[in-house]
Amino acid sequence: MTILLIAEHDNASLSDQTAKALSAALQIGSDVHVLVAGKGAKGAADAAAKLKGVTKVLLAEADELAERLAEPTAALVVSLAGAYDTIIAPATSSGKNVAPRVAALLDVAQVSEIIEVVSPDTFKRPIYAGNAIQTVQSSDAKKVITVRTASFQAAPEGGSAAVETVKAAANPGLSTFVENKLSDTDRPELTSAKIIISGGRALGSAEKFQEVILPVADKLGAAVGASRAAVDAGYAPNDWQVGQTGKVVAPDLYIAVGISGAIQHLAGMKDSKVIVAINKDEEAPIFQVADYGLVGDLFVILPELQKAL
Amino acid sequence: MKILVPVKRVVDANVKVRVKADGSAVELANVKMAMNPFDEIAVEEALRLKEAGKAEEIIVVSIGPQQAQETLRTALAMGADRAILVKTDEQTEPLGVAKVLKGVVDAEQPGLVILGKQAIDDDSNQTGQMLAALLGWAQGTFASKVVLDGDKAKVTREVDGGLQTVELKMPAIITADLRLNQPRYASLPNIMKAKKKPLDEKSPADYGADVKPRLKVLKTEEPSGRKAGVKVKSVAELVDKLKNEAGVL
Repeated sequence: MTILLIAEHDNASLSDQTAKALSAALQIGSDVHVLVAGKGAKGAADAAAKLKGVTKVLLAEADELAERLAEPTAALVVSLAGAYDTIIAPATSSGKNVAPRVAALLDVAQVSEIIEVVSPDTFKRPIYAGNAIQTVQSSDAKKVITVRTASFQAAPEGGSAAVETVKAAANPGLSTFVENKLSDTDRPELTSAKIIISGGRALGSAEKFQEVILPVADKLGAAVGASRAAVDAGYAPNDWQVGQTGKVVAPDLYIAVGISGAIQHLAGMKDSKVIVAINKDEEAPIFQVADYGLVGDLFVILPELQKAL
Repeated sequence: MKILVPVKRVVDANVKVRVKADGSAVELANVKMAMNPFDEIAVEEALRLKEAGKAEEIIVVSIGPQQAQETLRTALAMGADRAILVKTDEQTEPLGVAKVLKGVVDAEQPGLVILGKQAIDDDSNQTGQMLAALLGWAQGTFASKVVLDGDKAKVTREVDGGLQTVELKMPAIITADLRLNQPRYASLPNIMKAKKKPLDEKSPADYGADVKPRLKVLKTEEPSGRKAGVKVKSVAELVDKLKNEAGVL
């Protein structure tokens, strides 16, 4: 049973989402090859080779792979698929873009966002925004899987796999990359942060969000998240959104500030190790999942918290 | 140009679903159903493109039971021109749905297919990408902005670190993310008018599509619950607990 893991990376470096998906892959089988598709991606490939449990790294480089466009990336994976029983990717925006295209080209069903490996063909996955968990068994000879990385620990370093260069597939030439507008930040990424502080609609404005949440985040070295309500209201950018339609996170500490706790939000953070809720409404549903709740005015509490840290 | 918009009938987003006592599935009897919210956004985007003179006809299609007709009527009331119900009582999976949709595309020859990025019932996030694969078309997933220019579509996508813009060769597949637009409500006169718009009934076999499930659901269960913890009285007590009890600071 050989497994192909599609790496998440930015060419220069490897995302720890790859290491988390590797942990899931190693529960399915012991022979895991990592595919680094990119351009100038030797840095990411070398980092993948150091992960414990990786037996080989495949590095494919081409202009159209630099931003991992869906069509050429899927074509590359399909060209390699013959040698593998399972193809697995972290459920990042890139993984979610590419994996179903691969699955359809191979005529197999995809199992999306697994949270547990029951056996090599049976997996648990959340449905209805995490309000139910389904155990599904795949009947396809080849399996295509995406992994909810918040549910798996990152595999440690300690390997020394060989990096082998493979040829990119012919570019289908269907799409071209125009530009990225990525949030420029020194803060940790939401999906890999140990501490996250998130703000909700109660912040009232983008200015207040910045003024109240960011100083505490800086003090804690935390990533900043937001509820969908806060994003919809324009208080925070969409890539900060935590929830069913945003990012799913599981940090050691999650601080929810002025977030009522809609189902959609809880779906994105309820696996956090410790949850703190700060809200003026003591009936807010967020308190039902919080380990520590503090009822009161966030505009008073947060400056105090900043001083106390 | 024709635009095809597939829509799915799902449990209303405001309903808290319950798992059946026998653990076989989620309880769907007597539960309020509605159009998948992402599909409403897809319908709205198609309507706006038509209103901007970029498309002539909007066709909506749903694959599901007889009641999916109601979902199609909703889309017609929003302004779509005609509807196709591909009737099946089988539990469909994204691959099977994509195969039916490929048949519909082959028959209707749209220049663009706009889908919701995921359905809020199975949260699979696959159908659009799979349809693009089967057709050999370009895909612009998780779109927050769509600009059509001749035979090109410029799509701004919501990605993990921010936004990414790609240019797609048409015909193409686009999947709608939340911020693409704010869908309109159907007015009463339009709801009445929608009843007279054409709605064809087909079967997956009419399109030669195999919708047999590939995945076997062994069990459906409630997620392991989280217990409410304690309320603390002050910031000082909170910081103390986080440091000395939880050990996370």
